[in-house]
Amino acid sequence: MKNISTPWTSRIVPTLLVGTTFLFVAFFLVLPLISIFAEALHKGVAAYFNSFKDQYAWSAIRLTLVTAAIAVPLNIVFGVMAAWCIAKFEFWGKSVLITLIDLPFAISPVIAGLVFVLAFGQRTALGSWLLAHDIKIIYAVPGIVLATIFVTFPFVARELIPLMQEQGTLEEEAAVTLGAGGWDVFWRVTLPNIKWGLLYGIILCNARAMGEFGAVSVVSGHIRGETNTMPLYIETLYASYSTVAAFSIATLLAALALVTLVAKSVIEWREKY
Amino acid sequence: MKKHSVLPGFGLTLGVSVTYLSIVVLIPLALLVWSTMSLSFADFVKAVGSKQVIASYKLTFGAAFLAALVNAVFGFIAAWSLVRYRFFGRRVVDALIDMPFAMPTAVSGIALTALCASNGWVGSLAAKYGSKLVIFAEEHGLDFMNIPYLNRYDGLQLAYSQFGVFIALTFIGLPFVVRTLQPALEDLDREVEEAAESLGATKFQTFRRVILPSVFPSLMTGFTLAFARALGEYGSVVFISGNLPYETEITSLLIVAKLQQYDYAGATAISVVMLTASFALMFVINFTQYLARRRK
Repeated sequence: MKNISTPWTSRIVPTLLVGTTFLFVAFFLVLPLISIFAEALHKGVAAYFNSFKDQYAWSAIRLTLVTAAIAVPLNIVFGVMAAWCIAKFEFWGKSVLITLIDLPFAISPVIAGLVFVLAFGQRTALGSWLLAHDIKIIYAVPGIVLATIFVTFPFVARELIPLMQEQGTLEEEAAVTLGAGGWDVFWRVTLPNIKWGLLYGIILCNARAMGEFGAVSVVSGHIRGETNTMPLYIETLYASYSTVAAFSIATLLAALALVTLVAKSVIEWREKY
Repeated sequence: MKKHSVLPGFGLTLGVSVTYLSIVVLIPLALLVWSTMSLSFADFVKAVGSKQVIASYKLTFGAAFLAALVNAVFGFIAAWSLVRYRFFGRRVVDALIDMPFAMPTAVSGIALTALCASNGWVGSLAAKYGSKLVIFAEEHGLDFMNIPYLNRYDGLQLAYSQFGVFIALTFIGLPFVVRTLQPALEDLDREVEEAAESLGATKFQTFRRVILPSVFPSLMTGFTLAFARALGEYGSVVFISGNLPYETEITSLLIVAKLQQYDYAGATAISVVMLTASFALMFVINFTQYLARRRK
């Protein structure tokens, strides 16, 4: 029987395909990843850590954390509520609502930023009213938060909607019939069922919130120490030829991306077994 | 409006969702459309049809299309390998596929630029072998001179050229084809393939006549998603492209440039063109998915 089912010729195609996959992934994904750390460390460990002594680096890190700390919780609350009404009820206009939730994914980040510049910029009635009352939104932190909310808007809802639709309403209905209130039903029946999907949505939402560049770049004004988030500060450093410093800050975001990938694999593995 | 249900919270959750959606997404987008309306038709045409803008459409659509095409081919191979074969490192490769989603675009942008610059790991090879190739071609009477950014002195210039735009857009679109094809390939009925082969079909015929038709809608969806994403991409491209007007300037960058010159009308008009393209592609995606569902 030996080799009848797998003669050496039938192994050529699989080997070629897997080899191509490895080469493609190595060239487009692994090399860029390694180069981030190599560029950050190529003048030594001391130079790497020196990059973080800069006060502007810290204010960029702080602004990124603050932005994510506002945008992510808001989008979690929205995502859970939207998924609840879409997955647990039948109503007119549901598919329109689902399409609208996906909208920010179809819009270029640059256009997302532009939209807020048009809404709150000095040229509009709203903008001049805000200016008269000394409220800054564009080229200030509120604009950055708004643009971040816009681009990270669908992540949690998109993870939860298919998951909750698949789970149906039987368990929740049983709980209500047994006398549980709405909050109890969500907390004790729904949440345990969706926790891994929810966690994954939050992780993706957070990664994008901390890493968003295009939309934030349009509304930020790039004021060092004030409106520079980490990705924007990386651009500032890179443009001023501080390559080591730029890549040093980039290692933090690259590490965040790696944590996101590992978390995703772990969650997928837990869902399977 | 809604069918009767014993579950609570419909009004509250729908109300909050719709309100939040309106404030964060719909009202700002409506403002964009409204400010386009305030442009006269002649101004609109002038803004979206100038030579510099047309050059940026050509580059953006062309590079995005080529990048999506490359991703369709290699994404198919990667998805097939991940679903059908068990090999060492499979789970790591599978996890890495999502990296372009997880990595901030600015970080990807500077990393790809460092790699592809003429002193980078990949860029230096392209420069060396590119110039060897040109010299070889010239000795054999072939003319490569009409290819931009390829000559005998600098070789093939990857960063700060159209090739750079293409590389960045391929990177950013890489996960889409793989991730839309994987579930479709997993769902394939192996018995149908075995039936085809037992009836005398070769491996290639089975692939061409049995496998490809059933996963084609997913392949199209992945291709279109990658293409749409590439059209609007900004962060990973601006570092590697060099941003030379008429040559390596993508449309997203042109929108940002107009905004920085306070040309709000121009930026808005170009944005509307790009938005229309994105929405048309979204329609194509929904249509191919509808076809895929109907096939089932």
